[in-house]
Amino acid sequence: MTPLRFLRQPFFWVIVAMTAVFIAWPLATGDVRLRESLVLAAVYIILASNLNLMLGYAGYVNFGSIVFFGLGGYVGVYLISEQHWHPVAAALAAGISVSALALLFGLGILRLRGFYFALSTIGVNEGVRAFVSNFAPWGGASGLYISLDSYQSLGGPRQALWTIYILLVGVMALSLLLSFGIKRSKFGLGLRAIGQNEDAAGVLGVPTPLYKALAYSISAFLPAVAGSFYFFKSAFIQPVDAFDLGFSVEVIVTVMLGGTGTVAGPAIGAFLYEELRGWLLTSPAFSNFQLVIAGALLLAIVIFAPGGVMGWIFRHIPKMRRILE
Amino acid sequence: MFEIIASIIDGILVGSVYGMAAMGLTLIWGVMNVINLTHGALIVAGMFAVFLLVQAFGVSAYVVAPATLAIGFFAGVAIYWIAVQRMIGRPPLMSLLSTFSVNMILIGLGTSLWGTVLFNVEVSLPGLTLGNYTFPGTHLMAAALTLLIAVLLYFFLQFTRQGKAIRAVSGNREAAELVGIPTRRVLAMAFGLGAALACGAGALIATMFPFTVLAGGAYQLKSFVVTVLGGLGNPAGALLGGVALGLVEGLTTPFIPVSWTSVIEFVIFIFVLIAYPRGLFNFTFRRS
Repeated sequence: MTPLRFLRQPFFWVIVAMTAVFIAWPLATGDVRLRESLVLAAVYIILASNLNLMLGYAGYVNFGSIVFFGLGGYVGVYLISEQHWHPVAAALAAGISVSALALLFGLGILRLRGFYFALSTIGVNEGVRAFVSNFAPWGGASGLYISLDSYQSLGGPRQALWTIYILLVGVMALSLLLSFGIKRSKFGLGLRAIGQNEDAAGVLGVPTPLYKALAYSISAFLPAVAGSFYFFKSAFIQPVDAFDLGFSVEVIVTVMLGGTGTVAGPAIGAFLYEELRGWLLTSPAFSNFQLVIAGALLLAIVIFAPGGVMGWIFRHIPKMRRILE
Repeated sequence: MFEIIASIIDGILVGSVYGMAAMGLTLIWGVMNVINLTHGALIVAGMFAVFLLVQAFGVSAYVVAPATLAIGFFAGVAIYWIAVQRMIGRPPLMSLLSTFSVNMILIGLGTSLWGTVLFNVEVSLPGLTLGNYTFPGTHLMAAALTLLIAVLLYFFLQFTRQGKAIRAVSGNREAAELVGIPTRRVLAMAFGLGAALACGAGALIATMFPFTVLAGGAYQLKSFVVTVLGGLGNPAGALLGGVALGLVEGLTTPFIPVSWTSVIEFVIFIFVLIAYPRGLFNFTFRRS
C-alpha cells in the first residue's frame, strides 16, 4: 500500500486521533497519576497488538510473548546502565537484537503446531527466565539497577519520565500502524491463510515457514523496544518481573477480550482490561480477588463470546466494518 | 562416587512423583486432546488438602492420601463440566484459555485464603541410611506409593470395563460412540482421573517439600517436561519421563548450583519437543 492510499483509510485517522488523545490529555492536565495509568495501557496495547500478529493472524498461540518484552528490557537496561548508551539507541539495539534472536528461535519452534507450539513457547519463556536468573553479567536473580545519572541524557529524571511516556505512546502508534499495514498487505493475507488452514495455504503457494518465522520475529521488535523504555522508566529489572508468565497470559486475555485478528480489537481489549485491573486493584473489596475476576472474565469470553468486543460490534453495527479494522 | 550414585537414586525417587503428576496430564491429553492448564492448581489443591486434613484429624499424611485422590477426582469432573466439555474439538487456543482461566480462579482464591507463605506437612518417617548418605523416608514412601498407583492405573485401564471404555474413546471417539459407549461420561471420568493423579502427586510432594499457593506453576512446568519426554498421551512413558527427569536432577545437583537445573530441564524440553515430538519413551503405541 502506498503512503498516499494509507491517508485515505478512515482507520488510519482513528489511530492518529487515538495517539493524539494519549499525548495531549496528560500533557494538558499535567496529571502524573493519569500518565502512569496510560503508560500501563500503552504497554498493554503494544504487547496485545504485536501478539495478535501471531495469535490472531497466523493462529499460533504464543504463551510466552512476554519473553520479548523482558529480554528487550534487559538488553536496554544493560546498555544504558553498564555501557552508558543513550536510551533511544539502547531501545533500538534491544529491538533489533531481540528480533534477530526471535527469528532464530522461531525457525526452530515454528516447526511445531497447535498445542506443541503453545507448550514450546512456555518452555522458551521459562528457559530464558531460568537462564537470566543465573546470568551474572545481568545481575542474576537480583537484576539490574539504573543510577540517577542515566536520566541526565533526557534532561533529568522528571523530564525523562514525560519523554519516555511520549516515546512509549509513539511505539504504541507504530504497533497499531504495523498491525494495520500487515493486515492490508500480501504478507498479512498469507498469514491469515495460514491461520485458516496451513496446509492449504502452503499448497496455494504461501511460503509458510518463512512467513511464520517473519511474523514471529516482527512481533518481537516493538515489544522489545517498549520493554527497554518501560524498564528504563522503572529504573530496575528483575527476572521475576521481566518474564512473568501471568502477565503474558493477561495479554492473551486482552486480545481475546477485544477480538482476535482485528487491528482495533487488541487495543480496545487492552485498554478495557487495564482500566478494569486498575479499578479492581484500588477497590478494597476486590483487591485480593483480582485474579479470580480476571479468570472468570476470561472463562466467560471463551465460552460465550469468542469473537470479543469487535465480534459484537461487527455483528450489531455492520457499518463499523468500513471504519474499524 | 557413592555420593553421586546416592544423589541419582534420590533424584529418581522424587522424579517418580513428578511422573505420577505427569501421568494425569498425559492421560487427559491422550483421551481428549486437551492440555489441562489447571494441572498446577490441582497439584496445589492436593498439597492443601493433605495439609488441612492432617491438621483437622491429627492423623498421618499417608492415611488421608486416598481422600486427596477422591477430592481430585470430583474437582476434575466439576472442571470438566464447567470449562472443558464445550472446548473439545475446537481450536487449541480455546481449551488452553478455558482451563487457564479456571487455574487463575483457583490460584486467586488460594492466595486470598492463605496468602503466599510457606506451609509444610509434618511427617515422621525414619530414613534409610547407607554409608554416609540417608535417603529420607518420605522420598522412599512417595516413590513406593507412586509405583502402587501406577500399577493400579495400569490394571484399571487394561482390565476393567470403565478403563477399556477410556481406551476406546482415546483411540477413536466416534467409533466408541457408535458401539454404545457413553463418551461424555467417559471423558468426564478420564478428566477426573487425571485430576486425581495431579492431586495425589501434590499430596505426596507436600510430604517431601514445603510449599506455597503459587508452587503449582513450577510443578506444572516439570509435568510438561516429563510429559514431552514420555510422549504426549502415554501414561507409561510419563512415569519413565519422570524417572528420567529425576535422574537428570540427581545427576546434576552434585556438580552445578541447583538454580541451573531448570535451565538444563528447559533446554532438554525444547530440544525433545522439536527433535522427538512423539517423546523419547513412546514405544507402546504409534498412531499416524
